Amino acid sequence: MLKTFKIGGVHPPENKLSAGSKIQALPIPEQVIIPLSQHIGAPATPVVQKGDNVKVGQLIAGASGFVSANIHSSVSGTVVSIDNITDAAGLSKPAITIQVEGDEWIDDIDRSEKILNSNNLTKEEIIKAITAAGIVGMGGATFPTQVKLTPPPGSKAEFLIINGVECEPYLTSDHRVMLEKAEEVLIGVQLLMKAIGVQRAIIGIENNKPDAIEHLKQLASKTIGIEICPLKLKYPQGGEKQLIQATTGRTVPSGGLPIAVGAVVQNIGTALAVYEAVIKHKPLIERVVTVTGKSLARPGNYLCRLGTPISKLIEAAGGVPENTAKVIGGGPMMGRTIVNIDSPIMKGTSGILIISNKEAARKPVRECIRCGKCVSACPMGLEPYLLAKLSMFNLLERMEEEKVMDCIECGSCSFTCPSTRPLLDYIRLGKGRTGAMIRNRKK
Amino acid sequence: MSTIAITIISLCAIGIVSAVILYFVAQKFKVEEDPRIDIVEGLLPGANCGGCGYPGCRGLAEAAVKSDTLEGIMCPVGGAPTMSKVAAALGREASAQAPKIAVVRCNGNCENRPRTSIYDGARSCAIEHSLYAGDTACGYGCLGCGDCVAACQFDAIHLDPTTQLPSVDDDKCVACGACVKACPRNIIELRNKGIKDRRVFVCCVNKDKGAVARKACKAACIGCGKCAKECPFEAITVENNLAYIDFNKCRLCRKCVSACPTGAIHEVNFPPRKIETDAVKTNNESI
Repeated sequence: MLKTFKIGGVHPPENKLSAGSKIQALPIPEQVIIPLSQHIGAPATPVVQKGDNVKVGQLIAGASGFVSANIHSSVSGTVVSIDNITDAAGLSKPAITIQVEGDEWIDDIDRSEKILNSNNLTKEEIIKAITAAGIVGMGGATFPTQVKLTPPPGSKAEFLIINGVECEPYLTSDHRVMLEKAEEVLIGVQLLMKAIGVQRAIIGIENNKPDAIEHLKQLASKTIGIEICPLKLKYPQGGEKQLIQATTGRTVPSGGLPIAVGAVVQNIGTALAVYEAVIKHKPLIERVVTVTGKSLARPGNYLCRLGTPISKLIEAAGGVPENTAKVIGGGPMMGRTIVNIDSPIMKGTSGILIISNKEAARKPVRECIRCGKCVSACPMGLEPYLLAKLSMFNLLERMEEEKVMDCIECGSCSFTCPSTRPLLDYIRLGKGRTGAMIRNRKK
Repeated sequence: MSTIAITIISLCAIGIVSAVILYFVAQKFKVEEDPRIDIVEGLLPGANCGGCGYPGCRGLAEAAVKSDTLEGIMCPVGGAPTMSKVAAALGREASAQAPKIAVVRCNGNCENRPRTSIYDGARSCAIEHSLYAGDTACGYGCLGCGDCVAACQFDAIHLDPTTQLPSVDDDKCVACGACVKACPRNIIELRNKGIKDRRVFVCCVNKDKGAVARKACKAACIGCGKCAKECPFEAITVENNLAYIDFNKCRLCRKCVSACPTGAIHEVNFPPRKIETDAVKTNNESI
């Protein structure tokens, strides 16, 4: 019997169209746009000026606080502007624009394909290298990795959990990384284990990726302390709290962090980035992005430099089909609509999904029939119909009592609603307001 | 028969005993309340809109009775007449306050501000605002889902079917500020109603640089500062590429309206201007 999390969950159609296509390197674009805020926390502070020449891997913006991350140039060329650009949501955000000239890397970076390992690094050295490389959670939450690796005083990590679940439909970037860069990932996992001082790591993978499970099992048998945990298919298993429950059986208490049950969760993509940063001295300047959609000519997985316009990726995959209604950044469950496809790929962009007219059509919103499907679908044990209604009436104190802050915004409630009510939209709005209310109270 | 009689008698007895007990308890635990609170509350409109900042009309009445002066206490619904009645009832002087009105500071109608995407999510400005810039290229302007309309208790604000923008009914608006709080983009502002209801205001809240703002909307304020230079009363400030007219300093001369290159400054309820021919204009300038 395969493991999974205890309550709730849904089964959206998988649609992993690009699972079989190998990671291809995308040509370097003529210009890259590198936003200063690609992570949760304070935006980075630029350390270059307009007109400066930069090389690949050079620091262009430094972290401006503990919860922040360094940003490096992903190309070599000239800084043409440090100004506001229009981001994927159509809003003005500060960014550094670089005109590409050649492909000159800084000397420290080891660009060979050879897989190396190193056992004589200390915990501090590893964390320092990760911080310098500007690594953030690559699953989409973009939380600076070094913060997660430094548990608050008084708490102790017992094990590292690596998220290879990729429960979002359509997305396959982690799947391909597990197949093609497994050795690197495992070295990254070992480094992470050392950084948090644990002897045990569990890699959770859903059983719709039998090839990845098999491949990693084989390689992990040569290492000490890494186990592969196949999981039963269910969305949202990739949620931090769900994954901890599925792999270890422990439940993170309401309002608590994973460290409360002794767990630290990292993504497959993050493990790869850690390997590259620590062993190869390569900062986070590129990532694997899935470009997919039923109407797309060539759905695939592309290794692209950060800052590459989204439109270039879609072009590589066969161009925007005529009947496109929506372009989504991320997966169909939690992703966000992109209104400006000239906006760049960022550290947290795991996929680009094209939705055609036919698929995008929404059914009319009808009244809640109190069927309770959302309640049984909620993986956090909340009552989404109630929270949505409370949010409509702005009853924030009641929402707090109903534990709205535990909501992980997975969208299972909206997905399962037979009346197609926009439950998550209202809950997210109320959650934001409730969070603001709680923060104000603390002041 | 006797059962019914016993029931009636015993129930009546319980009732009488309870009434006596309740009477004495009520006497013992009587809450002394200033009788003037009831009087003041009677004078207030009773809309319980919260526009004054107190929880309902009784809240304002209590505050008014407690405070020595009526300074800062203002019922926006009743306005000056109600407040002078309240002042008379309490034997104090009413603090004069200019009547206000809600002003929608966006002119991004379909013609000025072309739609760049279709929003088909939940019909709520707050939700649309939390998701993205909105269905136009302007990340500051009106989203047109009508959160302000839903918030208004006085039926004073409606979405104009042609412009898709909210318009305020001058006669019905009481400046309670509910729409101001409801708008996630802070487009609506409470401004002085003005002499003869005449007002001059910047009808835009876009803080983008001129070129970006103009590309998104033809009627956007581009922050050029011409109005600020033109204003003889220093009522206009330009901050973050956006002009703002201080309604306390503005003397309604309307020079800024003619100076604005994008027509972002609006005048309302003024009589039509005399049409100046070019000859008269040059003549005036030479003088």
